Amino acid sequence: MAADLDRHTVRVVLPYHLTTLARCSTSEVELELAGPVTLAAVLDALEAAYPMLAGVVRDRATGQRRPLVRFYACQDDLSNSAPDAPLPDAVAAGREPLIIVGAIAGG
Amino acid sequence: MSRIRVLVGTRKGAFILTSDAARRDWQVSGPHFGGWEIFHIAGSPANPDRLYASQTSSWFGQVIQRSDDGGATWNPVGNDFSYAGDPGTHLHYDGTPKPWAFKRVWHLEPSPTDPDTVYAGVEDAALFRSTDGGQTWQELPGLREQQGAKWMPGAGGMCLHTILLDPANPARMVVAISAAGAFRSDDGGVSWKPVNRGLHSQYIPEPDAEIGHCVHRIAMHPARPETLFMQKHWDVMRSDDAGESWFEVSGNLPSDFGFAMAVHAHDPDTVYVVPIKSDSEHYPPEGKLRVYRSTAGGNAWDALTDGLPQEHCYVNVLRDAMAVDALDPCGVYFGTTGGQVYVSPDAGDHWQAIVRDLPAVLSVSVQTLS
Repeated sequence: MAADLDRHTVRVVLPYHLTTLARCSTSEVELELAGPVTLAAVLDALEAAYPMLAGVVRDRATGQRRPLVRFYACQDDLSNSAPDAPLPDAVAAGREPLIIVGAIAGG
Repeated sequence: MSRIRVLVGTRKGAFILTSDAARRDWQVSGPHFGGWEIFHIAGSPANPDRLYASQTSSWFGQVIQRSDDGGATWNPVGNDFSYAGDPGTHLHYDGTPKPWAFKRVWHLEPSPTDPDTVYAGVEDAALFRSTDGGQTWQELPGLREQQGAKWMPGAGGMCLHTILLDPANPARMVVAISAAGAFRSDDGGVSWKPVNRGLHSQYIPEPDAEIGHCVHRIAMHPARPETLFMQKHWDVMRSDDAGESWFEVSGNLPSDFGFAMAVHAHDPDTVYVVPIKSDSEHYPPEGKLRVYRSTAGGNAWDALTDGLPQEHCYVNVLRDAMAVDALDPCGVYFGTTGGQVYVSPDAGDHWQAIVRDLPAVLSVSVQTLS
């Protein structure tokens, strides 16, 4: 059925501090999504599943990626991709994770 | 039998130090939230097991944690600090307008009567209140109507760092902002007015201006709430009319620059400061870590040195890193950017380090538990 075809299980890898904040036993979490697999959709699903992560990946006021948070998947830096652009098919199919990284910054 | 719980916020986590009333042998718990900056932890006077912590990160922003069991376990609560309406702009360091943007919570002040009510002082400067145990936060926007468009950040950011709740008059509160000054509300935070008359700051265009003073800290004794002591960027000040007018009480201090300040738990005329050499050199004068105590409400100060390093000491003591307990004799506590937390169980006469090697200490608050 079309509705079933539109459902996805997406894998997301969290950085250490967000893994502990979300009280996950491992850094990788699985999220169920309906509809197009975009960065915004994955982050919406992440915040719905783990409300304590609201505001720590995306700024509360602007909805934008926090400056020192980066997104990677399939060897590509997707940090500056449009939030509504489709993520790679491998991410949508659950073969590859979306990786959230705290940027290397400071000393 | 009374116990003491010291809540320590550091650059890399929170620590909880506990002792019996003798205050000689301490247990250390932590780090909690290891790797995160903990700007402040505060306990509810109405329910000492209810703690609130401001957990922040340059990477991941703001988290508020709440404990309902004295710090044994914690749960994240609300972190949505949305300004009321369009907050507009304030002044940037260069005098240009800059949009108001939330950065972090500097200070949490629980209500003296309701464990679910807590105030948060934030950067960019504003005052928020939660009445549901930190789940949701609402700004008290009347404060920013006090010429907020002209406020300018201090070197540490434009932070609201001091919140004083008058225990005798729940409608009255005093806050301080670096570098806008002190403000008072007499109607529960709806409306505000600047209370900076008598402050004189050479480094601003109008040294006696109504706003723009870099107030570092204000301290109040709950039994005499109309008397306020202020550590300004430079100058130690006093007001006996709830901030309507201020006069200088720096007296014989070796430097009247500094950050931290506290009032003795049982004597409203006994006040403590930690002089820092200058705004360019954030360490104690002569490399000697000295707390200064006045038992006369200012002007006449005595150096307290017993147990504190008197050579080669170049730490700072930040504005929220000094507190007192409620025992008799009064215990005095402070933390340093070098990671030491010191206690004096006898009102400042003798000091010992509870811990020496924590990350840089951002805040110290104390609970006296029965």
